[in-house]
Amino acid sequence: MDHTALTPLDLALIGATQTGLPLTPRPYHAIAEQIGVSAEEVMARLALMQESGAIRRIGLVPNHYALGYVANGMSVWDVADDRVDELGEQIGRLAFVSHCYRRPRRLPLWPYNLFAMLHGKTREIVAAYAEEIRALLGEDCQASDILYSRGILKKTGLRIAM
Amino acid sequence: MAGGRRGQAHRKTSASKPIAARAPAQLDAIDRNILNRLQGGFPVCERPFLAVASTVGLEEDELIKRIGRLLEAGVLTRFGPLFNADRMGGANVLAAMSLPEADFDRIAAFVNAQPEIAHNYRREHALNLWFVGAAETPEKVESTFRYIESVSGYLVYRFPKEREFFVELKLEA
Repeated sequence: MDHTALTPLDLALIGATQTGLPLTPRPYHAIAEQIGVSAEEVMARLALMQESGAIRRIGLVPNHYALGYVANGMSVWDVADDRVDELGEQIGRLAFVSHCYRRPRRLPLWPYNLFAMLHGKTREIVAAYAEEIRALLGEDCQASDILYSRGILKKTGLRIAM
Repeated sequence: MAGGRRGQAHRKTSASKPIAARAPAQLDAIDRNILNRLQGGFPVCERPFLAVASTVGLEEDELIKRIGRLLEAGVLTRFGPLFNADRMGGANVLAAMSLPEADFDRIAAFVNAQPEIAHNYRREHALNLWFVGAAETPEKVESTFRYIESVSGYLVYRFPKEREFFVELKLEA
């Protein structure tokens, strides 16, 4: 796994933006002032963290439920081992897939090795998305299932030792 | 490990009750435009709001106010950088348990009470409890899972990611 050591500046930036960017015309300057470095340093480091993948993106994170995306289904697929990486790449590119991972099977209870999280406004829509994936996988998929959520029991943000 | 590493392990919590889902919010055309255009790519520059305000047909101060309002209304859970925990030396592992209905609430609350458990969902399957263990190291996540197994008496099925495929989620508002 690609680990990048966190610098003291990274930790300060994570801490200062944990609740989000300040809603002020010069947010990076506000952060710089808060953590005691120059605004140029803050912006240069954030840009570098985006390039390295340490920051996935900067922007708005919508609440799925508030936008009406109340049916979230974890679709899981048993895909031939020699095809799973290529097909996983294709599934990840579908607009309605929010996460896509290859994971180990846990036989006999769990034959699935590809996970794709689907978001839709109704279960019918999510099921139709799953049909698109099924068509894409074709004969390389032996079995599949969709696990719908019956409730969020806990959801906390990223936790990093500071 | 099972010898009472944490005294609060059996503390009663209401954590197994689902977090209330919000009703779909009332959004106007400008809100939708903001939501559809600014889920990623917020610029890193001196006046980033100014840089993107015109793309959503607003002045800088109006855009700032709108984002603040969307946050307050709960339409947004967050606005800012999304850090990738895996790239920062942390560890995230998906896991699941198969719990009988009679034990579900009790064990789900116990799992939730562990500070290393970040997300926890009830799902419709024989594996009906799905959660994410998150800590500074993979060893710490693993010891949390072992602790949960030891105290609960149920197996924790680990589903570590072997490969992550690129996704770009844009929820249309």
